[in-house]
Amino acid sequence: MGAPNARDGLVTIYAPPGATIPKTKFQLKVAKIRGVESRGMLCSESELNLSDESEGIIELENKEKEIGKSYFKSKSEKAIDIAITPNRADCLGIRGIARDLSSTGIGKLIPLKKKKINQSIKHLIKISISKETNQGCLAFGSCYIKNITNKESPDWLKNKLLALGLKPISAVVDITNYVMFDLNRPLHAYDADKIDKEIIVRNSKEGEEFEALDNKKYKLKKGMCVIADKSSVLGLGGIVGGTKTSTEITTKNVLLESAYFLPRSIRKTARELTLNTDAKYRFERGIDPNSVIEGLEIATELILRICGGQASKFIVAGKNSQKGKTINFEIKNFENLIGIAISVNEAQKILTSLGFKCKKGKKNLKVEVPSWRPDINEVVDLIEELIRIKGFKNIKLIEPERKRKNETLNFRQKLFHLSQRLLASKGYLETVTWSFTDSKIDKQFSKGEKDIAILNPISSDLDVLRRSILSNLAIYLKKNQDRGYEDLSLFEIGPVFFGKNPGEQQIVIGALKSGKVGRKSWIDKERNIDIFDIKSDAMKTLIEFGIQEQNLYVSENSKQCYHPGRSGSITFKSEKGPLLAYFGEIHPAIIKKLDLKEPNVYGLEIFINNIPEPNKKIRQTKKSFQASDYQKSERDFAFIIDKSFKVGLLEKLIKEVDENIIQKVVTFDIFEGESIPRDKKSVAINVTLQAADRTLSEKDLDQISKKIIEVVQNKTGAIIRS
Amino acid sequence: MSDLEKINSIFNAKIDSVKTKEDLQNIKTEFFGKNGQITLQFKTLGSLNPDNRKEFASKLNNIKDDLTSQIEQKSFELENIEINEKLKNEKVDVTLPIRPYRQGKVHPVSQVIDEISSIFSEIGFSVAEGPDVETEYNNFTALNTPEDHPARDMHDTFYLEKNKKLLLRTHTSPVQIRAMLNGKPPFKIIVPGRTYRCDSDQTHAPMFHQLEGLHIDKNITMGHLKGCLDYFIKEFFEVKNIKMRFRPSHFPFTEPSAEVDIGYSIENEKIVIGEGDKWLEVLGCGMVHPNVLKNAKVDPKKFQGFAFGMGIDRLAMLKYGINDLRAFFESDYRWLSHFGFDPSDVPTNYRGLSK
Repeated sequence: MGAPNARDGLVTIYAPPGATIPKTKFQLKVAKIRGVESRGMLCSESELNLSDESEGIIELENKEKEIGKSYFKSKSEKAIDIAITPNRADCLGIRGIARDLSSTGIGKLIPLKKKKINQSIKHLIKISISKETNQGCLAFGSCYIKNITNKESPDWLKNKLLALGLKPISAVVDITNYVMFDLNRPLHAYDADKIDKEIIVRNSKEGEEFEALDNKKYKLKKGMCVIADKSSVLGLGGIVGGTKTSTEITTKNVLLESAYFLPRSIRKTARELTLNTDAKYRFERGIDPNSVIEGLEIATELILRICGGQASKFIVAGKNSQKGKTINFEIKNFENLIGIAISVNEAQKILTSLGFKCKKGKKNLKVEVPSWRPDINEVVDLIEELIRIKGFKNIKLIEPERKRKNETLNFRQKLFHLSQRLLASKGYLETVTWSFTDSKIDKQFSKGEKDIAILNPISSDLDVLRRSILSNLAIYLKKNQDRGYEDLSLFEIGPVFFGKNPGEQQIVIGALKSGKVGRKSWIDKERNIDIFDIKSDAMKTLIEFGIQEQNLYVSENSKQCYHPGRSGSITFKSEKGPLLAYFGEIHPAIIKKLDLKEPNVYGLEIFINNIPEPNKKIRQTKKSFQASDYQKSERDFAFIIDKSFKVGLLEKLIKEVDENIIQKVVTFDIFEGESIPRDKKSVAINVTLQAADRTLSEKDLDQISKKIIEVVQNKTGAIIRS
Repeated sequence: MSDLEKINSIFNAKIDSVKTKEDLQNIKTEFFGKNGQITLQFKTLGSLNPDNRKEFASKLNNIKDDLTSQIEQKSFELENIEINEKLKNEKVDVTLPIRPYRQGKVHPVSQVIDEISSIFSEIGFSVAEGPDVETEYNNFTALNTPEDHPARDMHDTFYLEKNKKLLLRTHTSPVQIRAMLNGKPPFKIIVPGRTYRCDSDQTHAPMFHQLEGLHIDKNITMGHLKGCLDYFIKEFFEVKNIKMRFRPSHFPFTEPSAEVDIGYSIENEKIVIGEGDKWLEVLGCGMVHPNVLKNAKVDPKKFQGFAFGMGIDRLAMLKYGINDLRAFFESDYRWLSHFGFDPSDVPTNYRGLSK
């Protein structure tokens, strides 16, 4: 909206309501824009797909006579966009597409008509390809044409170029482009008068500079294939010409180039200079090396026809043509790979229609590959040609066998899939976030190791592979909180990285939980989520994985992203055992840094890779079922114990007093306060007692109670509360 | 009227007027107490002559049973009245909401991977995995895409090193190489996993999920490939018939290569996969290139087979009517709740893949 060059008297292109803008595919309607009724629009070149120029609307100079006429005279709406796979360089020219179509039975490929060219004058420019290692140019064919009248191209040519999305420039340039798109034969035209004496195709020297036709200056590295004259670089062979020798409307004498450059050389140079041109695109995919003369013939004839002038003989420096490949093709190979048979005759017919030359044997074909098919190297390539023309639809499908020899999932894959269900069943929503994250956030959650940086991230806040599963979860927790949700439970299962080498990663389950339980409940009192909510989720998940609860060793060891006093870890069997999980309150400093609206956030991490794989199934190791029919009894104990003493340890001690009789130990109250010394706490524990062989007598119960008190007092220094 | 008949009629009159448990207790005492009317009658039995006694005793017992059951009945009625009276005061408003809870869900990508694994499990594929960070060799070169191959331009690659030797895998295909190098043929694997390309717009995410399939054995042909895909597509979209077409294409690591389209129609603004007259590209496939087999130390003269690759996110979008790919990875609580799956909905063969 609003072009900087819009002014009175400007002649430009108008798109009325109903017209579709080529670039946006947007159909114009009569609509109010900024309160003013808009009927159509004035277009920029970019909007009409004429070029990338989007600064301002098109200015048509000296076109006053054509006001009111249609700008697009060609039927460009009939253009078909074809995506060409990188193997089919030959189809980057219309002729290649036509050949393929004719092979499938659509139309007939008409041979190119050779028109006679009068080549009367002398070629005035000496051309040489320097002999050096990694010379990227194999052949440089050329024609010297003098006394031409360069001009605007005739309509038929201009319309064809417009339909291709090219901008017509002048007849000479348009012809080279036309031949490139028609035959996949890139050409270049030099203003011969601007060439200093001779043309030398050579490797560039380090630091050489030249100005390309895109009006940019390029500084070259050593060993790039350049076209040069006596004094300077004129162009990058097969990629882009230079401004020094570019043709203009006033150009009188032309040197027309038709060369062959090696794909590898083209690709390397273009990549180093980040240059992409239509010629480069074709050369790097491999054009027909034997089309040097053909290209000169067609283009020279066109130049003479449109611009007049006299042409020289064609001179080719380097190799004029290359020998074709031959493949011995056993016909049976087709059936072996595809599953259906083809006859020698049918194979020959198809291959011949694609330009292959075939010598027929009884069960085989000796196939000569046409020079325009660099992608055909071996038998499977021929098989592909045959089946794609014959039609994939002719392949008979073979029903798969319903047979399973190996397990579908291994132990850890089963855990992976199971854990998604386990966490979701605890009220968490599963999310999938990028494997990369913001280094600034990731630093908060990891242990301060070196960043695993991505060299070309899509944005600066997604610059590293994540070392912690919690980084992205925290980022998205915040986004959801910002949407107005406070009570959130999110989890992700995915890779976390500890180095930049393949395999330096492990699968981690991460979960974050924020807010309250029972918020705005009419029935329950609301409370903050706390560490025992998150601990419960971690423990239950591990138990549901098949780990027995007594093998889950809980300690206060955790890492720095958690609140130091309200976090812990779960290891397997002992404190030194494999790390199974971390859980706890997210460190308040991180919450503050992230500026979370609901600061009450707890997290857990479960390390699937560390879960020991049992060598037997649970059913094989399960104890036989025993249930006592005798009466069970309960006893309560209250101990005054050091504040720092872990209740988990206390429970374990009691359990171990007599594992046959003590069935259950439950802590049901913790009390600290006035009636108790400051460094102590009161722990109330309920013990369930039951024997397998008898009802416990009062005496038995007294005895075991005494033993419990004794053990606890001796081992912990606790005192039983009366 | 005999004594017994009298007692009976008095009882009947009284029991009808009982209103409370006390009334009932009084009646019980009056008839069955120590000096109750029935009790007293039993006491007369001894003084009767044997003939009369038998007859009287029988009558008396009948009447006793009758009265007792009437008292029980009345007692039951009274209790019912009492309970009902009590319950009347215990009425709650059942339309009050349940306790707040958090409903967890499984991400559509996870659900679809479960579905896919279940489908391929039936025909003997196992799940294989590989690292997200790959070598340039495994991601490209070993897959018949040497350094100067223009096909590399089709992948916008994230690199971890300046020399471009380490990268984030652009497809799951390098797992083919790893699986084959780590084992002996035959190979029959699927590889669901994260893949990465550095473009990002409305229809592209810098990370997405791919499913790779590889089946290498002695006589695996393109007919098997077709059968496998036809089976998968039908099972996945839970339709009986599917229109499928192979279109010639190019992948450096397969030859011949094809892209596969399936038929669909639009009904009520929703995509219906199956027959319709429109075509939708869903995957790429082909016969594994002999160079790939050689690079993976498998003898292409003895073994051959097919490979395929498809976008898992896209399959999820098609099956579950999700429009926006980017939303998969934005962790919007509302989106996750809407498109997520109940954790108990595990796709199985016998209950069906989806509800």
